[in-house]
Amino acid sequence: MIEVDVQKRLGDFELAAQFTAPAAGITALFGRSGAGKTTLVNALAGLVRPDRGRIAVDGEVLFSAADRIDRRPERRRLGYVFQEGRLFPHYSVRGNLGYGMPRGNPSDPALSFEAVVELLRLEPLLGRRPYNLSGGEKQRVAIGRALLADPRLLLMDEPLASLDLAHRAEILPFIEELRDRLRIPIVYVSHAMEEVVRLADTLVLMSEGRVAAVGAVEDLTSRLDLRPLTGRFDAGAVIRASVAGNDLVFGLTELTFPGGRLRVPHLGLPLGTPVRARIRARDVALALERPRGLSILNVFAGRVVEIAEDQGPMVEVRLDIGKPDRPVALWARVTRRSAHDLRLEVGKPIHALVKSVALDRQSFSPYSRRGPVEE
Amino acid sequence: MLLTPFELAALGLSLKVGIASMLCSLPVGLGAAWLLARCRFPGKTLLDVVIHMPLVLPPVVVGYALLIVFGRHGAVGAWLFDTLGIQLAFNWKGAALASAVMAFPLLVRAIRLSLEAVDRRLESAALTLGASRARVFFTVTLPLTAPGLLAGAILGFARSIGEFGATISFVSNLPGITQTLPLAFFSLIQQPGGDAAALRLTAISLALSLAALLASEVLSRRLAARLGRAA
Repeated sequence: MIEVDVQKRLGDFELAAQFTAPAAGITALFGRSGAGKTTLVNALAGLVRPDRGRIAVDGEVLFSAADRIDRRPERRRLGYVFQEGRLFPHYSVRGNLGYGMPRGNPSDPALSFEAVVELLRLEPLLGRRPYNLSGGEKQRVAIGRALLADPRLLLMDEPLASLDLAHRAEILPFIEELRDRLRIPIVYVSHAMEEVVRLADTLVLMSEGRVAAVGAVEDLTSRLDLRPLTGRFDAGAVIRASVAGNDLVFGLTELTFPGGRLRVPHLGLPLGTPVRARIRARDVALALERPRGLSILNVFAGRVVEIAEDQGPMVEVRLDIGKPDRPVALWARVTRRSAHDLRLEVGKPIHALVKSVALDRQSFSPYSRRGPVEE
Repeated sequence: MLLTPFELAALGLSLKVGIASMLCSLPVGLGAAWLLARCRFPGKTLLDVVIHMPLVLPPVVVGYALLIVFGRHGAVGAWLFDTLGIQLAFNWKGAALASAVMAFPLLVRAIRLSLEAVDRRLESAALTLGASRARVFFTVTLPLTAPGLLAGAILGFARSIGEFGATISFVSNLPGITQTLPLAFFSLIQQPGGDAAALRLTAISLALSLAALLASEVLSRRLAARLGRAA
């Protein structure tokens, strides 16, 4: 468990954050810039000293104002991947990687020098110096350096924020591999919901120095009251599914989840792989009856659970397309006009249409089974 | 060009004094620069002022002050002689002390600037990797301060090669003992017909300064390449 309850005043800003998260998989700290995410991570690492509170990881107290415990950062065994990499300019890549390596063997053979170099494909970079690495390469080295210090927990502070889109896409799969292949829990700071949805199991929503909500990514992203914090533009639902079949003739993958089957462009994943699919509200259309003669492959029967209406021309509708005992939330964004014409109201049976081609490669991510919400 | 014994003695002494004063004042200068750049304590401004005093005081006054404090009968000088058997006044060690004191503000300034330019986020990164504070200092802070140390050392060396006022009033102008290049030069132009010899000394000084500057340039380029700034 990661237990955090800290207060820290920095000028006008006050951090008063309290949450508990499982020390497994990826826990995302999400919030706008200025929400206090970095301060919180720095407090975890011991780089910022809280005014009051307590921090413990796996039962070991790292900070406790009441008990006068403040473990020095170098004794906390928390790996830290900074937003700007912070590689040592006077060391080669090999020197940077080896800097924090403890003498003797690491606790996990997957964290040996060779294993980490292989995991992050660092071999070709070893002899180079930080100044002639690309942004993405720098971050890979920074991740490797943090891992090789044999941490019990890895902190990542917006590791993709300083990269352009192409380099982000280059690094994301490495972080996924890290999550799936190593046993190290990760605290991942981000202000990009796509990253959170793709990577994280647990979500800690932060706003103005406080923790607004903690829970499974699927649950929090489907809650209407948190919409102002989770973001509106690319709003959508996250569905946990698993690969049920691959249709090689038509190049489709079939995913199964409690609400039925979802056909999507071929993912190239083996049968049974757990997959998280993000379905954006704007890619879901609604129909009162099961339509026929339609190009859309995915039609789910469900009912309206909630209607979010404001003065704008759009309405967001939360649906439940699961079974009575296994609800599955899905969001649809339709015009207020359509909502009016369809006489949408809470409880009304409805069919949701999801266009397969709207779900691109970025909408899916295999996830670890170690997450907080077991299927 | 062969040098006369007189010139050789002055040149050798200048080099000895310059190198000794540079080597001894580097660690002290680093400590002072660290205090000024990284620490907060009462009296910090006063320390800053005291360190800069030699820059504004007439050098002969500094030399005279040194004579009072470090002379055979001075407070510190007597203690040094009685307990350690070290005498500073009227020998080359005193000349090295005088040049070190005169060069100290330049040295501290250069190191301090360089220390302040060290990205402290790299130090916290090293901490999160489990490095002790001492290891962070020797593996991150010090190597990144190297350009400042080098610049400070060269400046200090150049300053001590040219040091005249404090030296002459502290250790006098004794040929072969305390007569460095500038003092030898001074003696020559005091004598009738010493112009030709003075001209030769001028050439030697010029060559020495050029060599020092050239060495610093080469070294700082190597350092820059090592630190990854414009190779």
